[in-house]
Amino acid sequence: MWLLTFAIVTLQKWLPLNPDGIGNMDPTLAFNTISSFVTNTNLQHYSGETGLSYLSQMAVITFLQFVTAATGVAACIAIIRGLGGNRLQTLGNFYVDVTRATVRLFLPLAVLVAVILMWQGTPMTFHGAARATTVEGAAQTIARGGVAPEVAIKQLGTNGGGYFGPNSAHPYENPTPISNFVETWCITVIPMAMVWTLGAMVRRRGLAVMVFLTMLALYLPMVAFGVAQDARGNPAISAMGIDQSTGSMEGKEVRFGSGMSALWSVATTVTSNGSVNAMQDSLTPLGGLMPMMGMWLNNIFGGVGVGFINMLIFIIVAVFVAGMMIGRTPEFLGKKVEAKEMKLASLALLWHPLAILVGAAIACYVWATTAHPDAALAWLHNPGPHGFSEMLYEFSSAAANNGYGFEGLGDNTPFWNISCGLVMLLSRYIPIIAPLGLAGILGAKPAAPETAGSLRAETATFGFTLWAVVVILGLLMFMPVAVLGPIAEYLAMR
Amino acid sequence: MFTEVRRGVVFTVLLMLMTGGGYHVLLWGIGQTMFREQAEGSLIYRIDGTVLGSRLIARQFSEPRYFHPRPSAVDYNAAATGGSNYGPSNRDFLKAVRERRDAIMREDGVTAGRIPSEMVTMSGSGMDPDIPPAAAEVQVARVARARGVSVERVQALIRAHTAPPALGFLGRARVNVLELNLALDETFASAQALP
Repeated sequence: MWLLTFAIVTLQKWLPLNPDGIGNMDPTLAFNTISSFVTNTNLQHYSGETGLSYLSQMAVITFLQFVTAATGVAACIAIIRGLGGNRLQTLGNFYVDVTRATVRLFLPLAVLVAVILMWQGTPMTFHGAARATTVEGAAQTIARGGVAPEVAIKQLGTNGGGYFGPNSAHPYENPTPISNFVETWCITVIPMAMVWTLGAMVRRRGLAVMVFLTMLALYLPMVAFGVAQDARGNPAISAMGIDQSTGSMEGKEVRFGSGMSALWSVATTVTSNGSVNAMQDSLTPLGGLMPMMGMWLNNIFGGVGVGFINMLIFIIVAVFVAGMMIGRTPEFLGKKVEAKEMKLASLALLWHPLAILVGAAIACYVWATTAHPDAALAWLHNPGPHGFSEMLYEFSSAAANNGYGFEGLGDNTPFWNISCGLVMLLSRYIPIIAPLGLAGILGAKPAAPETAGSLRAETATFGFTLWAVVVILGLLMFMPVAVLGPIAEYLAMR
Repeated sequence: MFTEVRRGVVFTVLLMLMTGGGYHVLLWGIGQTMFREQAEGSLIYRIDGTVLGSRLIARQFSEPRYFHPRPSAVDYNAAATGGSNYGPSNRDFLKAVRERRDAIMREDGVTAGRIPSEMVTMSGSGMDPDIPPAAAEVQVARVARARGVSVERVQALIRAHTAPPALGFLGRARVNVLELNLALDETFASAQALP
């Protein structure tokens, strides 16, 4: 899969369906691009309309967006089987699960969404760019193509890699408030549904309710805070006497306004979707911190399948912590949680901050030890704490398999292409393989009957414990970098 | 081992044909039959068949007799779109905002407090086709003067081209700059001939 798609983008110049004569992709950029889409990250160091032919958009990007999303679902279903099963031999057939997820779930939904988008104005054409002569006589080349099918699966499959550079901020990808509503719905619908899938598959609705409410209790405050921050606008612009009653509008579109943009920014990062309808780099400092927190947690609803696996890891840890607190053997769904399981859970849990913090530290080190970094490296588009945020965001995005950056970062350089490519590959597979191993072990164990002494995972008490574990374990590790980046910028601007 | 590899390859190729080919052709068919205009990019044609632009894509309007769109980070290049990506505290960004504010105050003779922030900030795509009604209101006097018509007639045109929030609650009221400017040319065709 990796090799075939790599070949298509590096040879696209000579392949059919390339009406705008787009050249071949440079190999390091192609390494990053293909790793990015194979891992469902969709981090883009290229810009769609200038870097990819129609064939590459269809056979590489859209295809991988379907398959990786279906793989996420298949992995999640396998893990749930492990948790719910009793003395299982296998966790199911990968091919069967991927095919079912593609044919029964993603294709029908994507067709429906793409039709709504076309109705609202998203193009779907095999014609090359339109050449217009404007009213004032200037020439304008308008890039278009098979946008609607790509946007539909990009939103549904928590892929996020847009057809055009600015993603769903582009009027062709997201033409109206109605299309914006549909696309925002698409971001969260399957990740939210996966929670109920767990409930149905292990026959415990109460568990699904508890997990769902805990996730909402993490998600809603972030949305409210992010929307409020951006609605207040940029204090530096207010100081110039300009009317900012509609909020901070740099990098945002009039048809969405600041509220719908801030809502999207949080939804897209907690689900590891990574599509945007506004430029994240231009969000207000604390408004931009919310999407970063979403990626650091990476488990509220989460990416299709995978994000929910992250939440399961936190549940196992919470079970362990709660079990220790009440002095009983920790167990979840009647399975004893022992040292081996905890080791795998810790591995999955610690990898995420490790990748982000070490990655960002190396980038800072390279920056700091290079003479005249502005001229020599030219990565940073913004000076001061915001520049630090740009680098931090990029690694967070790569590790969370999210895919959107503070796009001011000059990220199409060998350093960023290769470092982020590696982080993406490792961060996709470690958090899937470790939990799969864990589920395999749990699935093979006999389920003990529940007694009055068992820890009940359906209760509000456990929900609160889980919430606290997520906040303390998931967020506290990132507190120092949050202070160095966005919080420092906020305080400096006040 | 060999059968395992072959199964993987066949599976990949079949999925690629389905999701990377059949899916697009199906949607292309639906688009061409049901939403032909939108599927081709919502283009607006002149009488002679040449393309004038797309109603969804902003373009440059700099003459005083036209309403101006929001500033674009990519100079309205619809083949390489994007935003400024300036952070909110960036000095270059704040300097550019101040310059745009001063330019509007000079050209339209309004106070800073009347300028909506949309007109001094760049959109995410650089292609924002809309401006808020308040941003059109700021430009009314200039456009009316350049066309030699009354302010009230231009204001009526703005009202007629203001789209309310979708379904009454989604998004905000907005004015499509290209459609408004085309309506100006149509309504005041005779005025254009004046110096």
